[in-house]
Amino acid sequence: MDSEATPVKAEITLRVNGAEHRLDVDTRASLLDVLREDLGLTGSKKGCDHGQCGACTILVGGRRVNACLALAVAHDGAEIVTVEGLAEDGRLSPVQEAFIEHDGFQCGYCTPGQLCSATGMLDEAERGWPSAASEDLRVDPVLDDDEIRERMSGNLCRCGAYMGIVAAVREAAARREAAEA
Amino acid sequence: MRPFAYERATSAEDALRRHAEGAAYLGGGTNLVDLMRLGVELPSRLVDVTHLPYDQIQLDPNGGLLIGAAVSNSDLAADRTVREGHPVLAQAVLAGASGQIRNVATVGGNLLQRTRCSYFQDAAKPCNKRNPGSGCPAIEGEHHNLAILGHSEACVATHPSDMAVALAALDASVHVRGHAGERVVPIEDFYRLPGDAPERDTTLEPGDLVTAVEVPPLGMPSRYRKVRERASFAFALVSIAVALRVDGGVVRDVRLALGGVAHKPWRARRAEEALRGNPVTEEFFLRAAEAELEAAEPLRDNAYKVTLARNLIVRTLAELGEGT
Amino acid sequence: MTDRLESREKVTGEARYAVEYPVEGVAYAAAVQATVGRGEITSVGTEEALRLPGVLAVLSCENAPELRESGDAELALFQSRTVSYRGQFVAAVVAETLDTAREAARLVRVEYASEPPDVELRADHPGLYKPEKVNPVFPSDTAQGDADEAFAKSAVRVEATYTTPAEHNNPMEPHATLAQWHDDGTLTLYDSNQGASGVQKTIAGVLGLEPSQVRVVSPHVGGGFGSKGAPRPNVLVAALGARATGRPVKFAVPRQQMFATTGYRTPTIQRIRLGADEDGHLDAITHEVVEQTSVLQEFGEQTAVPTRMMYKAPHRRTSHRLVRLNVPTPSWMRAPGETPGMFALESAMDELAVAAGIDPIELRVRNDTGHEPESGLPFSSRNLVACLREGAARFGWAARDPRPGVRRMGRKLLGTGVASSTYPAYMRPSEATARAEPDGTFTVRVAAADIGTGARTALTLIAAEALKVELGRVRVEVGDSRFPKAPVAGGSMGTSSWGAAVVRACEGLRGKLNGSVPPEGLEASADTTDELKGRDRYARHAFGAQFADVEVDADTGEVRVRRMLGIFAAGRIVNPKTARSQLIGGMTMGIGMALHEESVMDAEFGDFLNRDLAQYHVPACADVRDIEADWVEESDPHLNPMGTKGIGEIGIVGAAAAIANAVHHATGVRVRDLPITPPRLLPRL
Repeated sequence: MDSEATPVKAEITLRVNGAEHRLDVDTRASLLDVLREDLGLTGSKKGCDHGQCGACTILVGGRRVNACLALAVAHDGAEIVTVEGLAEDGRLSPVQEAFIEHDGFQCGYCTPGQLCSATGMLDEAERGWPSAASEDLRVDPVLDDDEIRERMSGNLCRCGAYMGIVAAVREAAARREAAEA
Repeated sequence: MRPFAYERATSAEDALRRHAEGAAYLGGGTNLVDLMRLGVELPSRLVDVTHLPYDQIQLDPNGGLLIGAAVSNSDLAADRTVREGHPVLAQAVLAGASGQIRNVATVGGNLLQRTRCSYFQDAAKPCNKRNPGSGCPAIEGEHHNLAILGHSEACVATHPSDMAVALAALDASVHVRGHAGERVVPIEDFYRLPGDAPERDTTLEPGDLVTAVEVPPLGMPSRYRKVRERASFAFALVSIAVALRVDGGVVRDVRLALGGVAHKPWRARRAEEALRGNPVTEEFFLRAAEAELEAAEPLRDNAYKVTLARNLIVRTLAELGEGT
Repeated sequence: MTDRLESREKVTGEARYAVEYPVEGVAYAAAVQATVGRGEITSVGTEEALRLPGVLAVLSCENAPELRESGDAELALFQSRTVSYRGQFVAAVVAETLDTAREAARLVRVEYASEPPDVELRADHPGLYKPEKVNPVFPSDTAQGDADEAFAKSAVRVEATYTTPAEHNNPMEPHATLAQWHDDGTLTLYDSNQGASGVQKTIAGVLGLEPSQVRVVSPHVGGGFGSKGAPRPNVLVAALGARATGRPVKFAVPRQQMFATTGYRTPTIQRIRLGADEDGHLDAITHEVVEQTSVLQEFGEQTAVPTRMMYKAPHRRTSHRLVRLNVPTPSWMRAPGETPGMFALESAMDELAVAAGIDPIELRVRNDTGHEPESGLPFSSRNLVACLREGAARFGWAARDPRPGVRRMGRKLLGTGVASSTYPAYMRPSEATARAEPDGTFTVRVAAADIGTGARTALTLIAAEALKVELGRVRVEVGDSRFPKAPVAGGSMGTSSWGAAVVRACEGLRGKLNGSVPPEGLEASADTTDELKGRDRYARHAFGAQFADVEVDADTGEVRVRRMLGIFAAGRIVNPKTARSQLIGGMTMGIGMALHEESVMDAEFGDFLNRDLAQYHVPACADVRDIEADWVEESDPHLNPMGTKGIGEIGIVGAAAAIANAVHHATGVRVRDLPITPPRLLPRL
C-alpha cells in the first residue's frame, strides 16, 4: 500500500521563456501545475484541466499544446514559451497588441491561452497546414475569417469575445505578412 | 491520480518488456491523462512510447501509406501526400478535437481513445466497459449520442475517433507488435463490437503495441463529413467517410464508413454492395442507405441518428458523385 | 473608445486571479462529492486517505467546526449528515500538493444510507407550490382583469408551452479561493467573486467573525455571469482547510465539480397564452412558469416577471410554481428571469405575428406602451420601438418575405428572426472614496468587481469626468473588501450603483479642493443610500431589439447563425469599446442558449451528466460568425448622475428567441424546447 501511495518523483529540466529550470517533479504533475505552482508562472490558466477549454495553451517546441494534459515528466528537456514569454524586452508581440486594440478579451482568463494559441496557429498557417475549414486540401489555405474561427476553436471564451479575437488574429496575421513582405 | 512510475521506452522490445501488469503506454496522453485524472484509468506505470522511431509517414510507389503510430494528428493532416492521395483521412483528422490536441495526439493514441459516454467517464457510476458486470445505465438513461448499430445489452457506447472512421473506409490495417511478434490486423478486425465484453474496445492483447497504420492506395475522390452539436471542437453525432469512383454514370467502386453510430467505426458494406454497378442517382443512394440502416436498432432517444446517417450517406455520395 | 485599462496585465499574464497569489507554505484542498442523490452519511472512512504521504487533514461532517447559519444552506459545509443532492461536498482533503490532495479525496470512503432522489422537473409534479416571492423580491403571481375570458374571446390566439433546460454559467475561471489565516485570528481570502463586500460579510458571518476580520481580495475575476454573485462552498473549503492545517490553502473547484456546487439556471416549463384582436392588439397575456429549486434552499427564478412589463394588455396573469428537488440549488445566471422568460414570450409573439399575419416588428410596435402595464408607472424612458426600427433598417428587414421555409441556398434553409430585449435598470446603495494625491493624481476606491465587464475602465472614465481631469491622472481601485462597501456586480447595476457613489465622492472632493493638495492628500467619501431613497417613482428598464439570420442544414438539422444584430437603448454608454464587447458577449451566450447549452439531469442517479466543457457545449469561436451590437442614443434624466441603465445582461435577453424565430422562418418548424440541436430539429424537418 505505502509504496503504491508514495508519489514517484523524477528530475527533469525545462527551458521556459529562455530560462532553464531543474525540477524534481511528481510524475503525476502536469506541465500546467508545474508552471503555475512550482515556477510561479501563473499566466497559463486552468479552466478545465482536461484539454477542453484551451486556457492552458502554451508553446512546446514552438507548437501550441494544452499544458493541462501534458505530463511534466514526459517533457524533460522541453523548450517552452508561455504568455509571460510572448513580449520581448517589454515590447508586446503583434498578437498581444492586436488583442488590446480589438478588445479580444473581457475577463482575461482565457486570454493567455488565446494568445499562445494564436501565436502557434499563425505558424501552422504559414507552414500551409490545412484545417477543417479548408475547402481544397491540395492547396495551401488562405487564412480567412472562417479559417481563423475554426483554428481558434480550441480556445473557449465564455465572455464571448470571439468577434474581437478573430479581428485581432486577422490583424496580427496581416502585420506578420507585411513584416515578411 | 494514483502515483505511477514513468519510464521511457527505447525500442519496441523495451516497451513490451516494460509493459507489465497495470502498465499503460503513453502517447500524446490527451485521452489517457484525461481519464487518469477522472480516476477512470489507474495505471501504476506509464511507458512512454513517443520516442520510438514511429514518427514517419512513408509513401509506397503505388500510393499506399505507412503511418507511424507516433506521428501526431497534426503532422498526418498536414502531410502533402495524405492531403492529395487520401483527403478523407486528412479531413477526418482535422475534424477531430482542437489544434492544440492534434499537435500532441498520436495516430496510435487516436485509434485507442476511449468512448466519451458520460457514464464511462464517471468512476462513481456503473459501467460495464469500465467495471465489467456493473451494468449499463445508458440504455435506460442518457444515450442521445450513443449507438444505433451493433450494440449489446451490456454496452451502447460509441467509438469517438474521426480518424478511425476514415481508416475503416480506406481498408487500413494496423501494425501491432506483441509478445508473439509482429502482426498486421485489418481495421475491421482491430475494433470489436461490445457483445458481452465491452471492456475490450479492440482485439489487442495486453502489452500489444501499435506501431503503424497501413493505408492502401485509394485513387478515387473521397470526403469526410461530421455532424456535431456545435460548429467545431465537439465529438460527432454522426460522421461519414466516403470514397467513390464513378464511370459512365455508374458506381464502379465505393467505400463508406460511419462514425458515431457504433462501438466501432462502422464500415457500411451493405450500402456499398447496393451501390456497386448501379447508377449514380439519389434514388440508389437512398436505397443503399436504407440497406445499411435496416439493421439499426435505435435507443429511446437516438432514432434521429438513423435519419441523420441516411441523409449523410445520400448527400455525401451525391456531392462526391457531382464532382466526378 | 478607451482600451480596457488592465489590458497590458491581461495580455502578459501579469493579472493575478484568485489562486495565483504567492504565499509561503501553501497547501491544496480537494473536495469529495456525495455519490448518492439523497440520504444520510453513515460513516466517513479517512484511513486510506490519511495514509498517503503529504495528506494534512480530512474534513467532513465528522470533524468540521460548527458554522453559523447564513441564510444560504449551501454554505452549511459539513454541518450535517444529510445529503440533499448528488455532488454535494461531503468531505475535503488538504495535502502538500494538488495531486496528493485529489488522490486522497478519491480514497475517502463515505458510506451512505440512501433513498432514491427526486430530481425530475415535471409540470404535474405533486410537490409544486407557490413561493412567497421570486428572485429577488417579486410577487409570485399577478393578475389583472379576466385573462381566461379575454383569451377565450380573442380573435387571434396563441397557446404554447416552451421549455428551457438547466444551464450552467461556466465562467472560464473556476470558483477559486486562496485562504490564509493570520496570527491575530483574521482571515484573508483571495477569491474569485462578483462582490468583495458581500463575500466578506457572508463568510465572516458563517465563521463567527466580524466583517473587519475578513479581507477579500479580488482585483481580477475570470468571469462569473451570476454564479459568483454570492460565495459558494468553495470559499469555506479553503477557509476551513486553512484553519485545520494552519497553512494557507488553495481550492479551485474542478470544472466537473462546478456543475453541482457553484450554481446554475433552473430548467423552466412555461405555458404562454396570447389573445389579440385581428390587428394584433393584445387583449390577454398569461405566463405560467414551473421551475425547480432544491430541498436545501429556495431560489425562484423570476421567469414571468418581464411579461408583467413588456406589452400592454388589459387582461393578464403571471405565476411561478416551484418544486423542491434533490438537486443543487439553482441560482443567478446572466439575466435570471428575463433570459428564459423572454425566450418564451418573444417566441409566442412571433407565433402570434404568424397567426395574425402581421409583421413581427409591427406587432411589437402596436403593443408598445408608455406605462408599465401592471404597475401603471411611467417608464423613465422606453425606446423599444426605436431599437426595432433602427435594427430593422440596418438589418434589411423590409425586404423580408414572411413565408416560412421558402428560402434555400443549396441544401441550406435560410431565415431571419427578431425578438425584443429588456432588462431592469437597477441601482443599489454604494460607497466610494476619492482622494487627491499630492502628486496631482487622484485615487478612487470602491469595492466593486471587474469580472470582465470593463468596470474598472468605466469607473475611471466616470471619475475623470466628475473630477474634470484627464483620464491618465485617475486611478480607480476595485476588488478589495477594504475599499468602501459596494454592491455585487450583478443585476446589470454595477456601473450605475458604483458610478453614482464615485461621482458623489468626486464632487465632494472637488468641493474640498482649493488649489493645493496637502502632503497627506485630501479625501472625500460618499454613500448613496439616502440619495436612492428619494428617487421619483418610475419604471426603469433598458430595451433592445435582436435580429438573427440563420441557416439550417436540411440534411442534418445543424443550425448556424450567419449574422446577428442587436440594437439597444440602455441610457448613456460610458465606454463604447467595452460596452460593445459586453453586449456582443451576451448575444454570444444567447447563441449558446439557443443552439448548444443544456445540462442533462441523470434521472437515475440525480446529477448533471454532461459536466465538463466537452459535453456541455458553450459556443466555440467557429459558432460566432458575425455579431454586431449598437445602441440608440438615450438620455434619461431619471436614472443616476451618469444616465446609465446597465448593459451586462440585456445582450442575452431575447437572443435565443430571435434565433428560434429565425429557425422557424427558415424551416417552418417551431422549436419550443431549447436548445435547437440536430436531435431535436432533424426529425421535424
